[in-house]
Amino acid sequence: MKLEIKDVSYSFDGKQNILENIHFHVGDGEFVTILGPSGSGKSTLFHLIGGILKPNQGIISLDSKKINGLKGHISYMPQQPSLLPWRTVLENVLLGSELAGIRDKEMAKALLVKAGLEEYEKAYPHELSGGMKQRAAFIRSILSPQELMCLDEPFSALDELTRLQMQKWLMSVWEENRRSVLFVTHSIDEAVFLSDRIYVLSAKPATVIKEVVVPFPRPRREEQLLSDEFFNLKRELYAALKPTVTT
Amino acid sequence: MIGRIIWKKGAPFFLLLLLLIVWESVTVLLKVEEWLLPAPSAILTEGIESFHNLSGHLISTTELALTGFFIGSCIGLLIAAILHLFPSVKEAVYPLLILSQNIPIIVLAPLLVIWFGFGMLPKLIVISLVCFFPVAVASLDGFRQTPYELKHYFKMMGAGRNQLFWKLELPHSIPFIFSGLKISATYSVMGAVISEWLGAKSGIGVYMTLASSAFRTDRVFVSIFLIMGMSLLFFGIINLLEKYFVSWKRKEGEKDEAGN
Repeated sequence: MKLEIKDVSYSFDGKQNILENIHFHVGDGEFVTILGPSGSGKSTLFHLIGGILKPNQGIISLDSKKINGLKGHISYMPQQPSLLPWRTVLENVLLGSELAGIRDKEMAKALLVKAGLEEYEKAYPHELSGGMKQRAAFIRSILSPQELMCLDEPFSALDELTRLQMQKWLMSVWEENRRSVLFVTHSIDEAVFLSDRIYVLSAKPATVIKEVVVPFPRPRREEQLLSDEFFNLKRELYAALKPTVTT
Repeated sequence: MIGRIIWKKGAPFFLLLLLLIVWESVTVLLKVEEWLLPAPSAILTEGIESFHNLSGHLISTTELALTGFFIGSCIGLLIAAILHLFPSVKEAVYPLLILSQNIPIIVLAPLLVIWFGFGMLPKLIVISLVCFFPVAVASLDGFRQTPYELKHYFKMMGAGRNQLFWKLELPHSIPFIFSGLKISATYSVMGAVISEWLGAKSGIGVYMTLASSAFRTDRVFVSIFLIMGMSLLFFGIINLLEKYFVSWKRKEGEKDEAGN
């Protein structure tokens, strides 16, 4: 088991819990999604796993090693691409591994080719479109040596079409590498299309209210988005999410 | 189109030319005495005639200004880095930095001569004192204004304090540092001239004092124009360096302009 979250609770002020008894796991090479309404503390959960915050209660363990409050154990892809404007695309995608003390330029170049960014190797981030920036950010997190990748709503800022393209591209890259992924989103479609398993998070205080296994075979195809099973699953997830969205 | 570009780029030059013409005609028409206000043409002739005499002064002032500028900027950058990395030090020291700029240089300079003699040291102290401040303030702003999302990414990836500073905060503040350097560069020439008034063997400041006490107003104006020219030149050099080192920023700006 890659990542295990056991009965984790967290509150900023010691009174009201943001997260309450969160319990889930991510297996080796598994793509797991946390699905929850906006403002349900998904980002806080990532901060805990990243070690920026420490849980008030419970254990976060990676490869059976407790990592409560320890940094540097995950590869992270934030909501905004967060590329450094003074670095070229190539230098940017190397940043994650550089922070961990290694640089593999050849690997980086090969992945840029796969992402269709080979012509932009020497370009600066502001010359890239939104989708390209996110692709560069994703390559940066693949190149980071940590085995668990945490993706925090990486496509939420993109338009619908780009988003679908990015999801397909992400799947094709991921199916080759098969790293363990923890993905956070508030989009049901995205969760079903990408994941092996989905955890549904309730709103304040956030806790896991449902676990769903996605039965579709891999490689995933776009047609699956229109199948009956897909809609059934979507309905099931929507029903689980509905009581949490009270506003 | 071309005419518009020439007008836009050359506007300050045309304005200066206009001012000089007005000045020249006023001195001629009103028959102003030369020791009161010499005509621009007289200043130019004087400048050309005494050029061989001036070049020595010019070189020593340039050397002084450059050395002081270099030392001052380095100190400014160092202070900014220390204050940024140790916030508790910043709270204590920052007000003192501002106070240091309220010391009247004209009063301080003679004191420095009493303490350190007529050598290079008191002069370099004066120049560094004026030059470090803009660089320190600008760099501090640059460090502080590092975007939150970039910092957040670094922290989530487990970057240490060192990595955060060298790979993120320092490169981010380079455009800010250059703004500070531009101000310091122009100050450094002024600082050098003031420090030369205290007593030096050569330098524009010395030439200026001698000319002024001999009522050679034309020579005073020659040195004024030289000081202006030097400041402008320093400014231009820093500008060029900025264009080279911050090329990513310039491209970003061009894109914005095209977008609008």
